[in-house]
Amino acid sequence: MDELILKLKEQVIERLNLKDLKPGDIGDDQPLFVEGIGLDSIDALELIVLLQQEYNIKLSNAEDGPRVFHSIRTMADYITANSSAIKVSS
Amino acid sequence: MRDQIFVAGLGIITAIGNDLTTNLQSLCEEKTGIGEMVWLSSVHRGELPVGEVKYSNAELAVATGLPTQLSRTALLSAIAAREALVDAGWGKSNLFRTGFISANTVGGMDKTENFFKLFSKDKTAGKLADVVNHECGAVTELVADYLGIQHFVSTVSTACSSSANAIFTGARMIKAGLLDFALVGGADALTRFTLNGFNTLMILDKELCKPFDENRHGLNLGEGAAYLLLTSEKGLKQLNKKPYARISGYANANDAFHQTASSPEGTGSFLAMKGAMDKARLLPADIDYINLHGTGTQNNDIAEGTAIRLLFDPAYPKMSSTKAYTGHTLGASGAVEAVYSVLAIRHGLIFPNLRWQTAMKEFPFQPVTVCLKNQRVHHVLSNSFGFGGNCSSLIFSAA
Amino acid sequence: MQTDLYISSSCLISPNKVFQNGRLVFEHPGSAASFLDETYAHLEMPYPKFHKMDALCKLGLLATEILLKETDHENKYGETETGLVLCNAHASLDVDLKFAKTIHSGASPALFVYTLPNIVIGEISIRHHFKGENAFFVFKRFDGNFIAEYVSGLFENHLIKNCICGWVDILKEDYRALLFLVETDSPGKAISFTTEHMNQLNQYDHG
Repeated sequence: MDELILKLKEQVIERLNLKDLKPGDIGDDQPLFVEGIGLDSIDALELIVLLQQEYNIKLSNAEDGPRVFHSIRTMADYITANSSAIKVSS
Repeated sequence: MRDQIFVAGLGIITAIGNDLTTNLQSLCEEKTGIGEMVWLSSVHRGELPVGEVKYSNAELAVATGLPTQLSRTALLSAIAAREALVDAGWGKSNLFRTGFISANTVGGMDKTENFFKLFSKDKTAGKLADVVNHECGAVTELVADYLGIQHFVSTVSTACSSSANAIFTGARMIKAGLLDFALVGGADALTRFTLNGFNTLMILDKELCKPFDENRHGLNLGEGAAYLLLTSEKGLKQLNKKPYARISGYANANDAFHQTASSPEGTGSFLAMKGAMDKARLLPADIDYINLHGTGTQNNDIAEGTAIRLLFDPAYPKMSSTKAYTGHTLGASGAVEAVYSVLAIRHGLIFPNLRWQTAMKEFPFQPVTVCLKNQRVHHVLSNSFGFGGNCSSLIFSAA
Repeated sequence: MQTDLYISSSCLISPNKVFQNGRLVFEHPGSAASFLDETYAHLEMPYPKFHKMDALCKLGLLATEILLKETDHENKYGETETGLVLCNAHASLDVDLKFAKTIHSGASPALFVYTLPNIVIGEISIRHHFKGENAFFVFKRFDGNFIAEYVSGLFENHLIKNCICGWVDILKEDYRALLFLVETDSPGKAISFTTEHMNQLNQYDHG
């Protein structure tokens, strides 16, 4: 899990162009949106693409977004829970 | 103060008709043009409904006399622009200054993306001739040459408000004494670029769209072209033609909120609508019909609805989104809906918001759901709100 | 045609150089991408959103920042009083190409939202809270005459009290931004807003 969390932080920084941040600057449980890191709705969509490309998980219901992407840890939990098979949300 | 600006000619091609008469007929018969993808080759065929024009490129080429291998955007633009000129009885003449102000957002992307597919696998593959007219401006120039308009040619590209902006730019230039006639409007063809892009923003409906409905799920993309020939009173005499309507008001403002979302308060929408009414010296109570931007996305319809409530409450005019017929035609939408607004005035019609079932819980108003005939339609407000916060509203009035 | 209008500030960005009111104020070698980032760093304008923007928006935002530096713009005008009229030749082609590359492996929404030339107006408006009239035109080359006529018209119709106008264009390593701040008063070094003056200012990087 720790490995996944670190990898996710690196991927998030790279994909979202968070140039001023290093993995150590992002807390495992720190909120990613609004307060905390301050990501926006387009960043959320990029994270959906990230899940698909890097982890083969399709989040087709945008409404699940806020829950899944709340923090790095919730993302890691979701990936772990859905990695056993390719899940297509209804 | 200055000359009034009249609409002397109309031309249009959309998913609901290849010319003005057929568009009007479909509107009255409540026939949508959105459905299965036929011409565009995409992995989303069968999954995403679209409003395609019911002509292949070969058929468009035959109809215009232009080469088949031209960009679909240019072919659509040419057919509608020519119809507007013929409708108005405009003849090419060196005595009068005619401008062509055309909007598009995709340019020749339909050809480029096919070229790119081949080129990315093999650098010697693909025909360079296909990408020569990629740029937005190149498409406009092609069509200007086809029509024989040289005096002034320009392209507006401001996303979904593009052709609305082209329309009032033309009006302004006539008022400023820079042009005698302005052929204004826009065109956009459906492309994989656009379809995939909108899909990645997760704002496309997998079903037929339901603008301003509580249970709406997004927009359907469409394609098309529409043009209006604008002129002054002097120009009308020259054409010896009775005008369809006047363009009495217009305004533009920036929402300054987000690249692609509207502010929840609908600030930009409010400023555009209010500005247009102020320009036309009209009160909210004077508006007989609002042709909504109404894309069917959660975000637009709430923002637009909020602005409408602020302006019109408690007395709301009849309103509808005709995107339920055509899909969202992007760069062409401002002009397509301007043409429909003018038809509403000419024929005393109010077009319905197809497939609407449930009122949005936030608002006390509802759109019209059947085609209404024999209506008093003197002033129509048409909204076009684009990505980049570019918000424009036009008002057409009986001449 | 033109009521008394003045160019009170100008900015020209051409490859690796920044000119403010005709004076070279910054230069940095390197690629377009690195030059834009270095200019951002040089301006010390903490705006993390900058890094998410495409090259056209970065160019337009930086040019506006330099244009408005040393003016009192922020305090002088209300939200709806500033007009924004921009043009270029390549629309959003620079980022269109980048987006097109991503389509097959997973279209990037962060790139797609920039594939329209007027988004640069959107980004400038968001940063500076401009809610006034705005337009984007595509022309083969800078047309000072059109800008002069169009912007004058906006003033004459009382739609704006000042205008940021000009040219912002980029395609790969080829870029140019030329912006003017047009106002109705003439502080200090202001010159009259004419086609001739705009064309002269367009020549600053040509020696």
